[in-house]
Amino acid sequence: MEDILLLQAIERYLDGTMLPAERAYFEELRNNTHEIDQMVVEHSMFLHQMDSFSGRQTMQHSLQNVHAKLLSMGDINEGGEQTAKTKVVNIWNKYKRVATIAAAVGGGIALMISTLVAYFNPISPDVTRLGVQLKQTQNQVAALSNEIIKSKIPTKAPITGGGSSFLIDGKGYLITNAHVLDGATSATVYNEEGKEFSAIIAYKNDEKDLAILKIEDEDFQPIKNLPYSIRKTNADLGDEIYTIGFPNFPRTDVVYNVGYLSSVKGYNGDTLTCQIQMSANPGNSGGPVFNKKGEVIGVLSTKLSKADGVSFAIKSKNIYQLVEDFKKADTTSSNIKMLNTTTLNNDDRVSQVKKISNYVYMVKAYRK
Amino acid sequence: MKSELNEQALLQGLANNDTKAIETIYKQNYNMVQTFVLNNNGTYDEARDIFQEAMIALYEKAKSESFVLTCKINTYVYSVCRRLWLKRLQQLGKFSSSVESLEETVSVEEDIEIHRKRNAEYNIMERALGSMGEPCKSLLEGYYIKKMDMQALAKEFGYTNADNAKNQKYKCLMRLKKMFFAQYNIGE
Repeated sequence: MEDILLLQAIERYLDGTMLPAERAYFEELRNNTHEIDQMVVEHSMFLHQMDSFSGRQTMQHSLQNVHAKLLSMGDINEGGEQTAKTKVVNIWNKYKRVATIAAAVGGGIALMISTLVAYFNPISPDVTRLGVQLKQTQNQVAALSNEIIKSKIPTKAPITGGGSSFLIDGKGYLITNAHVLDGATSATVYNEEGKEFSAIIAYKNDEKDLAILKIEDEDFQPIKNLPYSIRKTNADLGDEIYTIGFPNFPRTDVVYNVGYLSSVKGYNGDTLTCQIQMSANPGNSGGPVFNKKGEVIGVLSTKLSKADGVSFAIKSKNIYQLVEDFKKADTTSSNIKMLNTTTLNNDDRVSQVKKISNYVYMVKAYRK
Repeated sequence: MKSELNEQALLQGLANNDTKAIETIYKQNYNMVQTFVLNNNGTYDEARDIFQEAMIALYEKAKSESFVLTCKINTYVYSVCRRLWLKRLQQLGKFSSSVESLEETVSVEEDIEIHRKRNAEYNIMERALGSMGEPCKSLLEGYYIKKMDMQALAKEFGYTNADNAKNQKYKCLMRLKKMFFAQYNIGE
């Protein structure tokens, strides 16, 4: 208790809120007592440390925001894909005023945007080859999604499987594995509170083993800004990673798990995936894999049947490819927007997970 | 002369965390650094990390009392980025002797050393704060980082009055200081 009073006095002395008489008394005390003088110096140095800590944290936030802003304005760009998007944004900005005058032009712009996106983003010829490699992989690696015994599920429609998924756009677009949806025509998704939303299978690519679900439910509140971003480039060997998913399917308890990137290639040298050292369970399929900055670096998909703790994730850059393909196939989807910059960079793990887990959903797939 | 004054104002703005100033410096320098990193074995993400680290170094330099910038901002930013990136390449074992130089550079060894020290201090504080339990952590962050006043904090955390919250804050502060200095004294 005495220590607290002393600390309180020192803090008031340092921030100048002491009354003149009190201050004079304290200064005399400080002059005569070596220990107190020492404490004042130490505390002043500590407060200075806290100040620079706080200043730097604010600065890091500002830098992230400025980066995102300049990126969206087209003042800086990060590669071909971004250029295309930025151009679209620029064109959009240019036409925005016109659009308000003549709503009819809107349709034309939508068409233009999708054409532009298609024009600026040719599919890499590598994609099919990688897909074939994945198929071979799948033969030898056990799929992580749940095979459900029908009788346990109290609905008329047969449940075909389940897994995890996560939002890539707050409007309700989710990413999961294609194999989670095998044999299904629709799905429902559950948030961590167990709240259920109906979703449609918007797009599926079996070769990439990725699928896009779209929540179509009146109860769903669109989210303005997701806290995490999807990484465009590969993660580094040894990077610490973690995942959030629903391995206890069909119970909706979110489970956190941690590991590291053990190989930048997947099973049998597959370049579409990477290998992670982390135990995974059925139900983790389709869940996001994060690095410590809070960027999605992959989608957890498979694990080695023979060895424990060896899992594979589909690299996050495939999500961008998938979304581009989806936009080509369905022009109404051209409004999907993924973030480049994570806002979780300065958060510790606990608050990162807290913020992320709202956007990770359990998937239950069924056949109508 | 006018541009010199402008630069001084920009740095003042940066030190005060003024968005407009940050944006201007960012815009004027980012592409140059990105080109350099991309041309030298780096990725877009790495370019962003390196650039933002240099911005932090410049910010902390601008904030310090003994601050003098003896060259133009873009020369300084480029020099710091170049030095940081070469270091990173060396760490990755990707070092190539023929790193091309796009711009003139100044010696920034000393500044980078200071920056490295500040990095270490930042990490110690981050770890110390991270190892505090709740509500200590949020209470301290609220007071010392978000600069909220005691009244508001008491309300947010549900203390019956500001004095109770203040007491709790001091208890937490003592623990944090202990943790910080334990690491700080080893770390240095």
